[in-house]
Amino acid sequence: MFDLQWLLIAIPLASGLGLLVWGKEGDRFGHLIGTAASALSFLFGVVLFASLLGKDGEDRSQSTKLFTWIDAGSFHVDMGFTFDQLSGLFVLLITGVGTLIHVYSIGYMAHDERRRRFFAFLNIFIAAMLTLVLASDYLVLFLGWEGVGLASYLLIGFWQHKDSAAAAAKKAFVVNRVGDLGMATGIMLMFSEFGTSSIHAVNGAITSASGSVATALGLLLLLGACGKSAQVPLQSWLLDAMEGPTPVSALIHAATMVTAGVYLVVRSNGIFDASEAARMAVIVVGLVTLLAGAWIGCAKDDIKKALAGSTMSQIGYMMLAAGLGPAGYAFAIFHLITHGFFKANMFLGAGSVMHGMNDDVEMRHYGGLRTFMPITFATFGLGYLAIIGVPPFAGFWSKDKIIEAAFGENFWVGLGALLGAGVTAFYMTRLMIMTFLSEKRWREDVHPHESPKVMTWPLIGLAVLSALGGVLLVSNWITEWLEPLTGHAEHEELAVPAIVLTLIITVVVAIGVFAAVVFYRREPIAAETPADSSVSFFARAGRHELYGNELNDAIVVRPTRHLTRFLVWFDGKGVDGFVTGVADRLGDTSQFLRKPQTGYVRSYALTMFGGVAVLVLALLAVTLA
Amino acid sequence: MILSILAATPIVGAVLLALLPREPAPHHRAKYVALGVSLITLVLSLVVMARFDQDAGGYQLTEKHEWIKVFGAYYSLGVNGIGITLILLTTILTPIVILAAFGDRLPDPKSTNAYFAWMLAVEGLAIGAFAATDAFLFYVLFEATLIPLYFLIGSFGGPNRSYAAVKFLIYNLVGGLLMLASIVGLYVISARQGQASFLLSDLQNLDFSTNTERLLFLGFMAAFAIKAPLWPLHTWLPDAAGQATPGTSVLMVSVIDKIGTFGMIRWCLGLFPGASDWASPVVITLAVISILYGALLAIGQDDIRRLIAFTSVSHFGFIILGIFAFTTTSLAGSTLYMFNHGLSTAALFLVTGMMIARRGSARISDFGGVQKIAPIMSGVLLVAGLSSLSLPGLAPFISEFLVLAGTFTRSIPAAAFATLGIVLAALYILIMYQRVMTGPLKAGNEGVSDLDHREMASLTPAIILIVGLGFFPQPLLNVINPAIDEVISHVGKGDPAPKTPVQIDAPATQEGGHE
Repeated sequence: MFDLQWLLIAIPLASGLGLLVWGKEGDRFGHLIGTAASALSFLFGVVLFASLLGKDGEDRSQSTKLFTWIDAGSFHVDMGFTFDQLSGLFVLLITGVGTLIHVYSIGYMAHDERRRRFFAFLNIFIAAMLTLVLASDYLVLFLGWEGVGLASYLLIGFWQHKDSAAAAAKKAFVVNRVGDLGMATGIMLMFSEFGTSSIHAVNGAITSASGSVATALGLLLLLGACGKSAQVPLQSWLLDAMEGPTPVSALIHAATMVTAGVYLVVRSNGIFDASEAARMAVIVVGLVTLLAGAWIGCAKDDIKKALAGSTMSQIGYMMLAAGLGPAGYAFAIFHLITHGFFKANMFLGAGSVMHGMNDDVEMRHYGGLRTFMPITFATFGLGYLAIIGVPPFAGFWSKDKIIEAAFGENFWVGLGALLGAGVTAFYMTRLMIMTFLSEKRWREDVHPHESPKVMTWPLIGLAVLSALGGVLLVSNWITEWLEPLTGHAEHEELAVPAIVLTLIITVVVAIGVFAAVVFYRREPIAAETPADSSVSFFARAGRHELYGNELNDAIVVRPTRHLTRFLVWFDGKGVDGFVTGVADRLGDTSQFLRKPQTGYVRSYALTMFGGVAVLVLALLAVTLA
Repeated sequence: MILSILAATPIVGAVLLALLPREPAPHHRAKYVALGVSLITLVLSLVVMARFDQDAGGYQLTEKHEWIKVFGAYYSLGVNGIGITLILLTTILTPIVILAAFGDRLPDPKSTNAYFAWMLAVEGLAIGAFAATDAFLFYVLFEATLIPLYFLIGSFGGPNRSYAAVKFLIYNLVGGLLMLASIVGLYVISARQGQASFLLSDLQNLDFSTNTERLLFLGFMAAFAIKAPLWPLHTWLPDAAGQATPGTSVLMVSVIDKIGTFGMIRWCLGLFPGASDWASPVVITLAVISILYGALLAIGQDDIRRLIAFTSVSHFGFIILGIFAFTTTSLAGSTLYMFNHGLSTAALFLVTGMMIARRGSARISDFGGVQKIAPIMSGVLLVAGLSSLSLPGLAPFISEFLVLAGTFTRSIPAAAFATLGIVLAALYILIMYQRVMTGPLKAGNEGVSDLDHREMASLTPAIILIVGLGFFPQPLLNVINPAIDEVISHVGKGDPAPKTPVQIDAPATQEGGHE
């Protein structure tokens, strides 16, 4: 049955391509077919996962080769897939959350005349993301990696009549291409070092290679991961990507695609286990991003951008955990899954709010929506409790474990993660207050209302998952499930008992919540964003995304633009001028250049035949001599 | 005989077209005759493909007749896996180009017959050049391709066409002259060492002194480097492509320029392996410069046709890099790259050509928001553009990655710098796409209607091949591989072995029944 795992990919792919090619008559059913394809893939994924549960630990990695993709020279890559403990979890997350978001989109995109195409792109995304996680070879993984990048490009720019959307789509693609430099070079290094890019073979053989190879590979893959997962220094595209329709933000830019970098690190655990330096780099990237994202999340008034900052930050947690090695891999995946639930839930909730507020994203124009959108409020509230880590909701379990493991690695890393938890509580509370609580600050002509059932049911489903996601940790199920892949970790003894640390975390979270309540309930919230000059440095920097775009402009964009302008000038005046100048002197070609403009085209044909004549004469001369 | 028939068919068709009496617009007869001839040629080339034994290797379907006895020149044809791949590219692209050119508005409508006749002539001469196994025959055909292209650019292009055509001609004639000197030199040496002969198989047995080999190599290489075009000899291409009709540009860049890179493999590596090795550091450096320089210049263009020409400078850099890295992987990649680049550039030139004809301007800054009124055109442009930036899943990715992976085993810096090209490629395509297609509809673009059925019919085969070969490149690679092994063993350079080789044994592998 696992031979058929390619069907997981083929079903949404066929549906996506079909919907694209189908003409106008497909508009009536396109969304239903797209949703059905995703659901079908999910059901098949459940069947496969269930039969994996029935197998012994050793047999839980089921590989199948579909066909030889590339065989040229000494390069060989099979189109092969592996359904195992890790990819199985991802298949369920991608198709499960994906299907809920498809359902939600039926309502959210109801009035868009290009809805069929939207569903086609969503299906293609699902297919590419499944390729990414099921791939048995890094090059096949790269195929999925770029496929999700393409889907992301198409969906961020879905409303491409808006200049801002088109620019954001392009930016996301280009920044990701910088990350792809790392991925592509990494695969080349694998080929030159091991003669293969099979994930299993490379991770198995890495210990026989020199340590510098492991470090180089680790850093190259990390560069790729930084691009896809919006980690510092390639974080700048994610906030702009919020130009896409909100279901896209939920599916691609919160629950699944942006976590691909974490998947890559965990999947490449052999490489990262072999290099202390590469793991250290992962930890630093994760820690910096988790704090930077949280900082940005505190300052944004745009509800989607605040959530995007939060996504960066939460992926930072996952990255940090993945950098801890066997002690953290399982918790990285655990947090990735729970985050997939509660962040998709909150993004869809934000979409529901926007739906009721004439697509306004400005939280300063919200307020008091609690009573007007009770279901959205309740489901969003569960997501809120989950993300800030209130027991017993999902995020509490997963974040607690990461902070604990971080303290096991290093006190300062742990402290950073702990601080992040407090800031998370602060910005999420701020978001809740500004949106659902506080006083109304609505614009004129706004009539908030609850969204239709086709949108609220997915919210309820995700809210339930956000609340209960912690069950994966019951009797350490997820760590033991993944252990055959990620290796066994010796439990680090902490300076304080784990339960004390949990209490400390809870206290820090409470302080964060309390601070936000004090700060935003003390006086009415301004209905307009205060000017940059009237806010603190902290808020100003956060609003400007810590000046990441300015930095990119200064060190990459502008120099490239200047170089391009210079080269355009140089090509015309320098290269072309030089070559034609030499030609002028050598062959007096100025004659040639003048003549055709007077219409003597035939003389060139003559010249040509002259050339042939010269050839014949030369050969004759040599022969006779 | 079949190769001769294949090459002669379009030539005969061209003569026929030239002799056909002119008819009033819309010149249906000339167009359909041209399309019919090119389709017959395509079918013939598929027959050739069927008769080619891809496992046997070597030159096949050979023909040999004495031609000019006093020079030792033979009319000698034969194809190996590389030649047949490029012949197939030629025969696939020509009907696509001719069908797309049905709508071209020519400066002199009465010259429709000549326009299509010259196109068929290009096809026939190119097939001949890819099949020639005699250096003299190859030289004559190589130079002869200049004639139809010269007239295609000079008579049917834009307002500056005369300047562009002459520049094209002079550059290529200079290259041809240098090659001519080497041809003469080859003759002298072969005459001294016995019977004068231009046959590839005889020339490969000649003994050269080191210096002679290098000089002769340089003559050939100069001609091919101008044709390919390699930095800094590339400046004729943007001018020519900026003035030519889209169809002419496709024939020039996708087909005829490939004779340059093809010639490097067959004639430079084939006749002068030692000198090729000697020159490789310089050539690799120039190739890497071409990749980055072409890409940066493409970013800076406002004329869409010049932009595509510069992307080709960058892509030719990849092809040449793969050839001179001397690994089976990179060389197989380069050969496949020639085919894939032909397809993707054809799609780009043709779809933008249709767009430019409707708008009456080739300036990117004149477009904006076209996607709204021409979604199919926009979709085709996006797919063609994504193939140009080598998106995985589309054909050019495979060839580009093979080139880079092979080069990496030979020279990490060359591969690393070349890889920067993938970021620049994203910029030049996506900036162009954004400015032309997205945003609100810009004034002046109201007349840009979507593709009609004929235009879709001409572009669809290219798009299908681009996607299909992205997932299933093996049918072509199986043809290419044996020939590559022969070239590399002739050059005497084996692939660098992996430092920590791995026995591939995936656990619990179950062979799916889909082999």
